[in-house]
This record gives sequence, structure tokens and C-alpha cells, in this order.
Amino acid sequence: MAKEKRNIKILRYNPKTDKKPHWKSYNLELDSELTILDVLNEIHWKIDGSLAYRRSCRSAICGSCAMKINGQNLLACETPMHKFKGTIKIEPLPGFPILKDLVVDMDGFFKKIERVKPYLILDKPTPIKEFIQTPEEFDNIREAATCILCGACTSSCPSLWANEDYLGPAALLKSYRFIFDTRDDGSVDRIDIVNDKNGIWRCHTIFNCMEACPKNIKITEYLSKLKVKVLENTI
Amino acid sequence: MKFNKEGRYHKLDAVIVGAGLAGLRAALEIAKTGKRVAIVTKVYPTRSHSGAAQGGIAAALGNVADDSLEMHMFDTIKGSDYLGDQDIIEFFVNEARKTVYELENMGVPFSRTEDGKINQRPFGGHQSPRACFSADITGHVLLHTLYEQCVRHKVLFFNEFQVFSLLIKNNIANGVVAWDIRHGGFHTFHAKAVLLATGGYGRAFEITSNAHANTGDSLALILENGLPLEDMEFVQFHPTGVYKHGILLSEACRGEGGYLTNGKGERFMENYAKDKMELAPRDVVSRSEQTEINQGRGIDGKDYVYLDMRHLGSKKILDRLPQVRELALNYLKVDMITDPVPIQPTAHYSMGGIPANINTEVILDAKGTVVRGLYAAGEAACLSLHGGNRLGTNSLQDAATFGRVAGQSISKFIAESPIEELSQNHLDNANGKVSALRDGKGKERHSEIREELQKNMTKLVGVFRKEEDMLKLKSIIKGLQERFKDVSIDDKGDVYNMDLFEAFEVGNLLEFSEVMVEGAIARKESRGAHFRTDFPKRDDEKWMKHTLAWKTKDGVKLDFSKEVVTYMDRFPPIERKY
Repeated sequence: MAKEKRNIKILRYNPKTDKKPHWKSYNLELDSELTILDVLNEIHWKIDGSLAYRRSCRSAICGSCAMKINGQNLLACETPMHKFKGTIKIEPLPGFPILKDLVVDMDGFFKKIERVKPYLILDKPTPIKEFIQTPEEFDNIREAATCILCGACTSSCPSLWANEDYLGPAALLKSYRFIFDTRDDGSVDRIDIVNDKNGIWRCHTIFNCMEACPKNIKITEYLSKLKVKVLENTI
Repeated sequence: MKFNKEGRYHKLDAVIVGAGLAGLRAALEIAKTGKRVAIVTKVYPTRSHSGAAQGGIAAALGNVADDSLEMHMFDTIKGSDYLGDQDIIEFFVNEARKTVYELENMGVPFSRTEDGKINQRPFGGHQSPRACFSADITGHVLLHTLYEQCVRHKVLFFNEFQVFSLLIKNNIANGVVAWDIRHGGFHTFHAKAVLLATGGYGRAFEITSNAHANTGDSLALILENGLPLEDMEFVQFHPTGVYKHGILLSEACRGEGGYLTNGKGERFMENYAKDKMELAPRDVVSRSEQTEINQGRGIDGKDYVYLDMRHLGSKKILDRLPQVRELALNYLKVDMITDPVPIQPTAHYSMGGIPANINTEVILDAKGTVVRGLYAAGEAACLSLHGGNRLGTNSLQDAATFGRVAGQSISKFIAESPIEELSQNHLDNANGKVSALRDGKGKERHSEIREELQKNMTKLVGVFRKEEDMLKLKSIIKGLQERFKDVSIDDKGDVYNMDLFEAFEVGNLLEFSEVMVEGAIARKESRGAHFRTDFPKRDDEKWMKHTLAWKTKDGVKLDFSKEVVTYMDRFPPIERKY
């Protein structure tokens, strides 16, 4: 395997000893086939065990390892090192409180997801077997259901930087996934929630979320459909 | 540095360790009865590894072709190479359809047939298309739906807590002690019942599809408490791991019609499973691949073969396997629409685990004596549903069905049982473990020990096994266990101390790996995923029985008196051909 010399800069922060985050530089000789997660593991396992970051599945589905890499919100596990030339700068996801190093507090993020009632609400009795739903109806929610709740979109949203109470793209996408699910009967409530002053109207169609999404979900488009739905139901 | 030795205290009806499919499904069942149930998990629930399952969940719905419970039962039994307990398998297939409909009714978005039913695709070892799927993210949507239902029903979540100690007093489980990863310090979860649902433990191997979190922590806690593990030698190697990374490309690739080809461009499965070809069960396909590689017919003579999807066309690939395609693109820079993908066998699923009965109650001997208040479900458990080899899509079904069963059993138990008081010294064990790692003065790094273990496990107790290799491995593990006593960690702090929980995990890997190897040495036959080149035949005379293994101060103690439950009149053991 080919080796290459790389400078890796990581924004470090230990709440017990540091007043504010600071850059730490590592010069390493690395296999060129490594992912950014492999690089973090290399540093953590071989050089400094106190480096903290989240990771689990390694295959871009668990959503643990979203972080800012050379200015972009990405999943460390699926981002190959060779995507970048020269120095690689790694920081925690912006817009969230830092707990330690690359680990951010996502409780607020999950609370916002909970606010949109992210579960199927039924007024009707359940059928003996499955609900009938056409392939087209499934297709309407399929991409939105792919969301891994990594936070990359919400973290990249300027509207959210301006107002931290804004639900943000991930929670709104979650509401879309249920509002557009033909089986659901809870949309009246949910539409009220997203029509709130901290809801859908704070989306200014900036498209940052869509660019940030590691699953390539067309978030802004879905939020636009959601706006139309809200208008249809409230005017 | 000081940490709070007293810790925080929570009194509960039930505590569940692990927030994957089994843990969430159980919690939901208990919460619906109004009882106080907490899930303690190392990762945020939606990060659990159930979410990585791609291809589907098995149930004989018959939505796209004829199917029956009898066929599902037969396929599972044959797939298990006749080591699966047939009473468990019968119960499982009977519940499977209900489980899927229930999940759909809860909101799981499934792919649909033209007439609006749950769509189903073929999978290895199943005679009929039985895998109910949601594109290639089936586990992900199941996990998220169950998590959301748990939130709705007010399950208490303790996210990013590492369980260090399982509390059992007078043969009654009464809680766990867990380390708060974010803030440091211990919490005691005192409960009438404990469910262990910590999932798989493939991290014992170098090449694995498993998440970093899959370290089998609860198995080590079981051994520490003097309880046995079952059938640990049966580890499934999945045929389509991404070359060098080990992460998975779903079996759905072959379900949808993908080919496997060797360095000569041949569909080599023709020589191993003429009828089922690429859709033979995983153990068969992995061995075939490894044989091709070992005999020099890998691609360019190297240690991989190809998964070829090109003939399916871009529409089908983009519609049915969009995430899988992305994985190959990102990790290997290969677009499966235009090029074949390099793959190799990867440690994937553990058929063995914590022995439990049909009610998911943990048992402590071959007679089936239960540990009161202690339950196990999902991949961490061994009921034994999958026997020597699990069929694809039976695992999500296992976790969901037996998660529900665990919830029901626990609800019944806590309604009629008092809480067992804690021992005075209930924190000592966990405190001792953390102190040993944080205050250790040794020079060993846990990551080096782990890497050595993983490398040797893949090499010496992998797809093909023989006594000589495994005896060598046994002494390597002994040596690593000795070295582990001298581990010290860099991070002495309280806040998000990864170094601490990783070191603990390495200790756990070493404990159950030893049991795996001992079981594999003792089982002198080849059955399911356990293949001995020195004993290449299945031996039904001697080995229609389960392995129970305890750790004692004199080493691993094995017991083979737990017979396989077989309905000789209905499903007598036959030779396994595909």
C-alpha cells in the first residue's frame, strides 16, 4: 500500500482543562487508501488515546461520525483521505455545543425531532395484514426515510445559526416523511407544529442542507413541497 | 483523578442493555403496559447496528410468489445445518408474519408490489422470495420506526452509557452498573428484570462487517458471573464484504441477480452449488469464495473475487440498491453499474451467544434452569434459532420477534415479582474495573492487543479451521490476556473518555474469543459455518448437540449434554446440498 506524508489538524477541546477549542497538528505517514475515520483511529489508537470522536458502523448508515472536514460537513467513515490534497482540517459539527474534541451535544437536535411527532398516528383501526400503499406513494417518502439523523444538514443551515429555536432541516424532513405517508392520520397536528414561528417558514431555500446531506437527500425540495402542503391546509 | 464512587441510582421495573431492534422492541412492549423501563446504550439508539442491515426481514407472506410456514421452517432448519432447535424455529416462523404486519402498521415504510402490498425479494437459502424489504435500508427503517415508537411511549433512554457490571444476587438478576460516557461516574440501574440485547460481536475479527460498538460486552459479563455461553464456535462469514474494509454489500445484490466471478471470469458457484448458485446460504458461498482464492483463482491471483452487477442495468440498481452502490463508489471508487466490485468473506454474524429458552429467559445449564429476572434476545442470545448458520433476513425477524417475546415475558415477570435488594458492595466490581484501567501503571496499549487478537482470529479461526491453527491461537489469546493486565490508558479524565470504554471492550473481546476457540477445537466435525479441514464431514452421530461453555479458574469448561431439538418425523437430518 502506498504511504504518504500528511499534516492533520484537529480542533481539540477538553472542557476540564481548556478555556476554548484549539488546533492541534499531527504529522503522519499514512496509507493513501485510508478514510478520515481511519486517520482519526490511527491518531487515537497509536498517538493520543484522549482524542474523542463518535463512530460506529463504518458504512455511512449509523450517522455517528458527521464532522466538518476541510470546511464541509461529511461522514468521516465514508470520506477517503485522497479526496483532499495537503493538510486536512477536522472540526466538530458547527452549531452544536462541543462536549469534547469532535464530540458535540446532540440532545437538542433529537428533542427537535421529537417535537414533530415522528411516529405514525392512526385514527383508523389497523388492518389484518398490511396497509395498502402504492409504489408511487412509497416513493414519495422513501428518500426522506433514508435520513440517518447525522446532523450534517441542520449544522449547515444559516437560518438555524441565526435562530437556535428553529426546527431545522432534519426535523422538518422527518415531519415531511410522516405528513406525506398515506397511512398517517396525524398531519393536522404536525402541520400546526411546522407552521409555527420556528417552523418551516424559517427555511429560506438556501440549499446548504441539501449540499451537506451525505445521503444525497433532496431536502430543500422536500421542504418546498412541505411549504405548499402547509399553505394548502391552512389557507 | 477522582470519580464519584457512590454513583447515581435509578429504580426501575426493567432495564434493557442495548438499543437495537431487540432492545427497542422489548422496551416498547413493556412501556405499553405502563411499567417503568429504561434502555441503557453505548450509542444513540439510532446508531445501533441493526440499522446497517440492508436486504430484508423474512416472513412467508407470499406476496410475490407461493410460500408457506412449512417452507420457511424447512429452509431455516436446513440452513442451520440441523443444529437449530426445531421447537424454536417452529415458533419463530409462526410469529414472523404477525411481526412484519405489526411493524408495517407501526409505520415502517416498506417497498411495495404493484398491488400495494409489502414487496419481497429472493435471498440465499430461502426457496421463495421471502425478504420483506425497504429498498436497501430495511434495518435502518425498522430501527428508526421502533425508536420513534419508544419515544412516543415514554421509554427512558440513557444514551452513551457503558455497562460495566451485571448484578445477580441469589440467582436473581437485579440490575446493571453503567459508566456515564459523557460526564463520567457510575449509575446503578436497579430493576426487577434485566434484558441483555447488546447485539453481535464481530469485532473479535480483523475483517468484519460489524460496527465498532459490536464488542460482545454482555457476553463477557455473563462469563464473569459464572454463567455459560452457547455454540460460540459458530460465526458466520458473509460472502460479500468490501475488499479490505469488510463492510457489507447486501446479500440483496445476489437476491436481485448479481453474479460472483473469479479471476478467470467464471461464475464459480456452478462448481459448488449448481442449483442455487449465488443464492446458496452464506456459509456455502463464503467457503466457495475462499476456496477459489486459496487455489489461486482470485482476481489477479489476489485474495478477492468479484461481485458483478452490470447485467442488471442502472435502473434496477438505482431503484433497489442505491445505498449499496454508494458504498462501493465511496470505499472502492467502483461504480457497480459499469464495473464489478472486489469482495471477500467478512465476519458477520454470531449464531452463538447467551443461552436462553423460548421465553428469552437466560438459562444456566443443559437442563434449562433459568436465572430469574435475566433475559437475552437478538444476536447476543442463542435460543438456538439459527443453529450452525443463519439465513439472511432471519436476523431482523429474530430480533423483532424475540424482542417482543422478551417484552411480554418481562412484563409478566415484573407483575408478579418483588425487586431483589442490591448488595452493599454492588458498585465494587465496576469501580475495580475502571480503577484498574485508569490507574494502571503498565505499558501496554489496548489497541495493539486488540489488533493482534483480530488479525489472528481472522487468520486462525476463520472460514476454514484446523486444530493446529486453533491450538496456536489459544496460546496467543492466553498471552494477550496476560498482556491486558498491564494495560494503561492515556486519558485519565471523566468526559467522553473513549480510551476507557475501548480498553474495557478489548478485555471483553479477549474473554469470549477464548471460549469461541475452545468450542471450535472441541467440535471435531464440520457443520454450518464451522468448517474443519481436518474433520470435513458433518457427524450427526456425535454432534447433534449444543456447546455450553463456562470460564473457570482452570480455563474453559465445556458441556455437550444439551441435545438439539429435532422433529425426526418431520425434518430428519439430510445431507445439505444447494
